[in-house]
Amino acid sequence: MSGSDLIKAALEEMSLSSRRRFLRNTLSLGGLALLTGCDVINEDAAEKVLMRVSRFNDRAQALLFSAGNLAPTYPESRITRPFPFNAFYSEDEAPVVDGDSYRLEVSGLVADKTAWSLERLRALEQTSQVTRHICVEGWSAIGKWGGVPFAKFLRIIGADTTAKYVGFKCADNYYQSIDMPTALHQQTLLALTYDGQTLPRKYGYPLKLRMPTKLGYKNPKHIMALFVTNTNPGGYWEDQGYNWFGGS
Amino acid sequence: MSPADPTRPVVHPAWLRVTHWLNVLAVLVMVMSGWRIYNASPIFAFEFPKALTLGGWLGGALLWHFAAMWLLVVNGLVYLTWSISSGRFRRQLFPLSPRSVLRDLVDALRGRLSHADLRQYNAVQKLAYLFVIADLVVIVLSGLVVFKPVQFPLLRALMGDFDNARIVHFYAMAGLVVFVVVHVLMAALVPRTIVAMVRGR
Repeated sequence: MSGSDLIKAALEEMSLSSRRRFLRNTLSLGGLALLTGCDVINEDAAEKVLMRVSRFNDRAQALLFSAGNLAPTYPESRITRPFPFNAFYSEDEAPVVDGDSYRLEVSGLVADKTAWSLERLRALEQTSQVTRHICVEGWSAIGKWGGVPFAKFLRIIGADTTAKYVGFKCADNYYQSIDMPTALHQQTLLALTYDGQTLPRKYGYPLKLRMPTKLGYKNPKHIMALFVTNTNPGGYWEDQGYNWFGGS
Repeated sequence: MSPADPTRPVVHPAWLRVTHWLNVLAVLVMVMSGWRIYNASPIFAFEFPKALTLGGWLGGALLWHFAAMWLLVVNGLVYLTWSISSGRFRRQLFPLSPRSVLRDLVDALRGRLSHADLRQYNAVQKLAYLFVIADLVVIVLSGLVVFKPVQFPLLRALMGDFDNARIVHFYAMAGLVVFVVVHVLMAALVPRTIVAMVRGR
C-alpha cells in the first residue's frame, strides 16, 4: 500500500468516523441483511451486544497479556523504507509543535507534576529498538524508535503504578489511553527519535508513545500531556468502536 | 416415508446438527466481516464487493469478527470433543484411503454414487470433511497470530511472522469458501441431506 493510498484510506475512515455513522453502519450488513431481513435486527441492540463483547475482549486480552512476552525485534536492514505515514488526516496537516516552548504536562496520580522540557527528557538515559508496527487495517511496517523506557519515566515522576490507566492528550486533538501493565512493559518507549533522528513531524514530533505490543492506533503521537488515572479515558478510535485494549 | 418418519434411522444426532448450524452462523459472520477487514488493506490486487461484507466499516467489521470468533472456537471445541469422545469422528470419517477417494470421485462424476444410506459417508465426503476441520484449525491458529503475534511466539514462528500469518489466514479462508460452495452444491443435489441435517432423519 503506497503512502497516498494510506492517506486516502485514512480520509475514508475519517469521513465515516462520527458516532452516528458508526451506529448506522455497523449493521449495514450487505449480504446478511438480505438473508435475515434487515428489520428483524434492532440495530441499537445488536450494537450494544457487540460493544459488550468488545469490553469482554478487553478483559480477555488483559488476561492473556504477559509482561515477559516480548515483541520480536529485527535487524536494521529490515526497516521499512520509507516508513508509512498514517493518521486520521493527511501528512501536510500534521501538527506543528514548537520544540523550544514545548512542555510535557504530567498529571493525575503522580507525585511530581512538574512539566517536562524536551531538553530534560533527552537528558534521561535513552534506548532504541527495531520493532514491527502493526496497523489495525492489517498492514505492518518495521521501524526504529529511540527514547526513554516508559516504565522508568513513570517511576521518575512517582506515578501510582497500581492505578489502572495512563491517558494521553495530543497536539492533533487525538487522545488515547492504555492499561498499566502495557505502560510498564519493558518495550514501551517514550519515543524522542525515529531511525536515529529527532522524531520527525510526520511520525509524531516531539513525543510519541511507542508500544510494539499494541496496534498502531494505540500509539499516540504529538503527546502534549499524560495522566495516570483509575477512570478509563477512552480513545479517539475506541470511542467510535475500535477495541480499547488493541493489543497484539 | 415422510422425511420425519420416526422409523427412519437417525443420520445426524442432535448435538451434531446444533453444532453444524451454529458453525454455519459463525463462518458466515467471520468470512463476511473478514472480507471487510481485508478490504481495509488488501493483500492482493482485488477487494471484496462491499455488498458481500459485514460491518459497514473497519471498526464495525472488527466488532463482528472478534465476537463471532468466540462462537467459532467454542462451538468448534464442543464439536471436536463430542465427536471424538463419542467415537463418531473415527467411525464416520475413517478408514480413508487414496484409492477409495479416487474410486468414489470417479463414481461421483459418473453419477453412480449411492446415497441410499446417508449415514454412510463416501470417501470424497470423508476427505472433504476432514479437510474443512483441519482448515478451520489452521484458520483459528493463523488468526490467533494475526490477533496476538506477541503473546503466541511459538505459533508466530510456525506461521512465519505476522505478515505471513495474514497470508495463511487468507488462503485458509479461501479453502473454507471453496469447501462451502462445493458442500452447498452437493447438498442441493441430494436435498434429503439437508432435511437430515435439520431433522436428524
